[in-house]
Formats: sequence, structure tokens, C-alpha cells
Amino acid sequence: MPRKTRKVPGRARVWATRAPLLPALIFLIAVTQLPFVATLVVSFFDWNSLAPDKRSFSALSNYGEVFSDPSLRDSVLTTVLLTASVVIVSVVLGLLLALLLDRKFLGRGFVRTLLITPFLLVPVSAALMWKHVLYNPEYGLLNGGWAWFTGLFGVDGAAQPDWISDMPLTAVAAALVWQWTPFMMLILLAGLQSRSAEQMEAARLDGANAWQMFCYLTLPHLRRYLELGVLLGSIYIVQNFDAVFTITAGGLGTANLPYTIYQTFYQAHEYGLASAAGVVVVIGTIVVATFALRVVSSLFREEAGRA
Amino acid sequence: MTTLTAPRNPATGRRHHAGATRRGRRRSTALGLLAWAVAVIFCAPALWMLLTSFHSEADAATNPPSLGAPLTLDAYRVFFGAGGGASPWPPLINSVTASVFSTLFVLVLALPAAYALSIRRVEKWTDVMFFFLSTKMLPVVAGLLPVYLFAKNTGMLDNIWFLVILYTSMNLPIAVWMMQSFLADVPVSIIEAAQVDGARLPTVLARVVAPVAAPGIAATSLICFIFSWNELLFARVLTGVTAQTAPVFLTSVVTSQGLFLAQLCAASVVVSLPVLAAGFAAQDKLVQGLSLGAVK
Repeated sequence: MPRKTRKVPGRARVWATRAPLLPALIFLIAVTQLPFVATLVVSFFDWNSLAPDKRSFSALSNYGEVFSDPSLRDSVLTTVLLTASVVIVSVVLGLLLALLLDRKFLGRGFVRTLLITPFLLVPVSAALMWKHVLYNPEYGLLNGGWAWFTGLFGVDGAAQPDWISDMPLTAVAAALVWQWTPFMMLILLAGLQSRSAEQMEAARLDGANAWQMFCYLTLPHLRRYLELGVLLGSIYIVQNFDAVFTITAGGLGTANLPYTIYQTFYQAHEYGLASAAGVVVVIGTIVVATFALRVVSSLFREEAGRA
Repeated sequence: MTTLTAPRNPATGRRHHAGATRRGRRRSTALGLLAWAVAVIFCAPALWMLLTSFHSEADAATNPPSLGAPLTLDAYRVFFGAGGGASPWPPLINSVTASVFSTLFVLVLALPAAYALSIRRVEKWTDVMFFFLSTKMLPVVAGLLPVYLFAKNTGMLDNIWFLVILYTSMNLPIAVWMMQSFLADVPVSIIEAAQVDGARLPTVLARVVAPVAAPGIAATSLICFIFSWNELLFARVLTGVTAQTAPVFLTSVVTSQGLFLAQLCAASVVVSLPVLAAGFAAQDKLVQGLSLGAVK
């Protein structure tokens, strides 16, 4: 082989450059793109694995069902609600924490380590912790702490809510906010620390106060990082399975699309329907991802320009 | 870059310097204390879980909570099999296998790819970079069913090596992105020098590029390790008894034996420990990895 390619040096060089890239590229196409194509194909079939003989082409009827079945439609709404609320709250909290950590103080490294710990717990263990250690109505930390606190004021038998059944979606969202706030904080902290010190100093000498500097300098500079945090957070949280699966097992109106799809194919064996729902998730994600790619590519280009 | 738009404030004028710094220092101390307080409160659930894991079951399930209960290793002893429950070792070993091997495979595939994208610069390299990124944005559930059917029909269900392949594909895009940015920092002159000496690509990668980019490669590996270790959906659908991973085992600790709070906490701590260690080690690079290389 090498002798043959040496006769056409131009082409050989092009392939020599490309060659190291190919294994990764081919592997990735085979393992991620082909299954999606298969999902797309299956989504056009009426296919329940418990009745394999009845498999038939059904065109778009699965898609019709995705949008007309109330439980599936609810899970679309739940996904949007859960993703939006978790992303917004964790970005706001993450920004506050990042601003707090931006200045130097004693033990900053340790404080930072404490703050990112929630993000480093295995998602399942974090979800189990929220469900049993915090939310448990009888001996969870939330109710226990509340009883202790009200006890200080001589109140006996303070209200002991059953968090998960009283407010299931909020319970799942709170656990996710707790996990994702550190991620937002880390991104925004990177943004804060890339501000130009000269510009800040110039503004200070010009007599700008802290609030003015935040509004006119910091916030515009952070815009890119905020966008990045929101978009990446959305992409990761739309796909969340662990928290929903662990905390409520999709009950009480908390089933998001990933969980519903998992259930539709794994427990109800409705392969065609699950695939159609999967394709719908992909279309939704593509919309978000298009924006994400634009943000990332602008940061990327800036990087390439600097190099 | 934004231009300076902050307006002058004629009313305040110049600051009184000495006073401003003293006031500034006091405020800075107050904000430092506030940061400490917020961090402790924010981390409290995790710290509480750690504390509970060292309590006896009776002390763990009290209301109000018992902060000063005597510490014991009972929960850990029970978790590691002294209590007659399922042994956590096979799932832990499966998780180590899946995480370590998928990370190795990722490195083997990503290093040459990143080399082609940063040092040798294939034509249209940005397009290739964005293709890698776009696969990461494809939701996992969208390919789950065909993957499951494939595994079922080829007898790969409940086989840890099948998970290794999936985790490799899951982490490859992130690894390529991160390594591309790390390899871009390797001086081209030393690579050319090696090539003049007659070194071929594998030698160049192993002897010249890898040592220089070692810290970045280490961080990339830790992040791939964390993602594989944490994964639940694939592991849940594609494994059963023999290939069960630690997160799947964790979900079964609760359901199979009823709720033992201290034991649950001990199990969560043990399963999270490798990730916590890897995460603290790779703190800075973690952001870069998760934001797909966009934030340095």
C-alpha cells in the first residue's frame, strides 16, 4: 500500500493528514448516528415487542399519538417546565455565588471545593440523598431541622409536610438546582476572571460605583458565559433521567420525556411509539443545540483568533 | 470586547482613598465570611449524608436529627457484605472496568484525532470539530432502543464490554474537544524535529506530544472517568445481574431491603468517593470539559 500512494504525493499527504482522524470519526458515526437512523425507521412502525407478529408500517401515526396522548403531551410540558425552572434558578444562584467567590478571601480554595461538591456526587446518590435523607417526612433533615428550629421557640408539633407528594415537581427541581448551581458557578467564575483588570480599574478611577460597574462592564462581558451556561444546562437537563427515576419514578406528574420514553419501551414494550417520542426529543434538542453551537463557535473563533 | 460605557458620576467625584481602602477591607472580610456561610449551608446536605453514614441505624432515623450521636462504622460494615445483603464488590468492579477501559479507548481514539485537528490541521477542521460536538447534543434516549435491540440480538446484553463501547462513544466528543485545545499548546518545532529524525506518527504521539500535553490528557481522562462512572440510563437498560454497575446497584440498595438510612448514606458515600476524588483533582479542567472546551 505505501508504495502505491507514494506515486501520488499530493493525495498521499492529504490522506496522511486525515488518517489519524478517521478511527474516531468512523467509530462515532457507527455508535451514535446509526442507532438514531434506526430509531427514525422504527418510529414509522407500529411495533409492540409483546405482539411481534403485528409489526406493520404505520407512517406518521406514532407521531400523531405522541402529540395527542395526554400522558405523553404532559411529559413534554413537564420536560419544558423542569428544564426551564432548573436552568433559570441555577444560573441566578450560580451568578450570585460566582460574584461572591470572585474576590480574594481567606480559604477561598476550600470554599470553592465545598461549593462544587454537590456537582461531584454521583447523580443517583444525590437523588437518593434528597429523597430519603432530606425529603423523608418522618426523619428527613428538612422536617427534622424544622421541628428543631420551631422547638427553640417552644412550638410543638410544627407542620411536617410530605415534600415529595405535596410538591413533586418542585422536589425534583430543587434537587437538580442543587446539583447544577455549581456548574453554572464554575462557568461564570471563569467568565468573571477573564475580565480585563485595566478596564475595571479605569472605570473605578472614573468614579463608577460597584453597581454601575456590574451593569455596564461585568454583565455585558458575562453575556457569552451566561448564554453558554443556559444552553449547556438545557442540553444536559432536558436529558435528565437519574433524578426523575430515583426521586419519584416518574409518578405524580414528574415524568419527563427521557423517563417516559424509557418506560414506553422498557416496560410497555411500545417500540414504535417510544422511537417517535425519541425523535421528537431530538428535534427539540436540535433547536436548542443550534443556538448552543452558535455560542460555542463564537467563543471558539475568539480562541482561534487569539492563538 | 465591550467598550467602556460606565458614565462618570459627578456627584460622587473622586474617592477618599485611605477611607475607601479601610472600608473596602472591612467589607471584603464580611463578604468572605458570607461566602463561607453560604458554602457550608449549600454543602450541608452532603455533609449531613457523610455524618449519617457514620451513625447507627437507630440514630440515623431520629426526628429531630441527632447531630452528636456516637460515630460507628456499622453502616459501612453492613454495606460491604457483613450484613448478608448483596455484595457491592461485583458492581464496583464493573464500574471500574467500564470507566477505566472506556477512558483508555477514548484516549487511543481521541489523541490521534486531536493531533490531526490541532497540529496537522486537516482541511475544514472546524466542521469536523462541530460534527464531534453535535453528536454530544444528540439525546441518549434517541438511540437507546436500537442499541438495546442490537445488544439483545447479538447476546451482548448484560455484558460490561458493551457498556465500555457505549461509554467510549459518549465521551469521545468531549475528549476530542478538550485535547484539541491542549495539543494546540504543543510547540510545532519539537514535533518537526522528531519527524526529521525519522519518527512516525505513533512514536511522535507517544514520545513527543503526550509528555508535553500530559496535564491536559490527565484532566481529560478524569472527566471521561467521571462521566462513565456516573452513567445510569444505559447501565440500567443494558445490564442485569453480572454486568450491573455501581449506580444501578445503588438504586437497588433501597428497594431490595427496605430503607436503612445509614446504610444508604454509606453506600452513596462509597460510590461517590472515586468521582469526588477525580473531580477535586480536575477542578479547573472540569468546567472546560463540561462546557465542551468553550471556556478555558
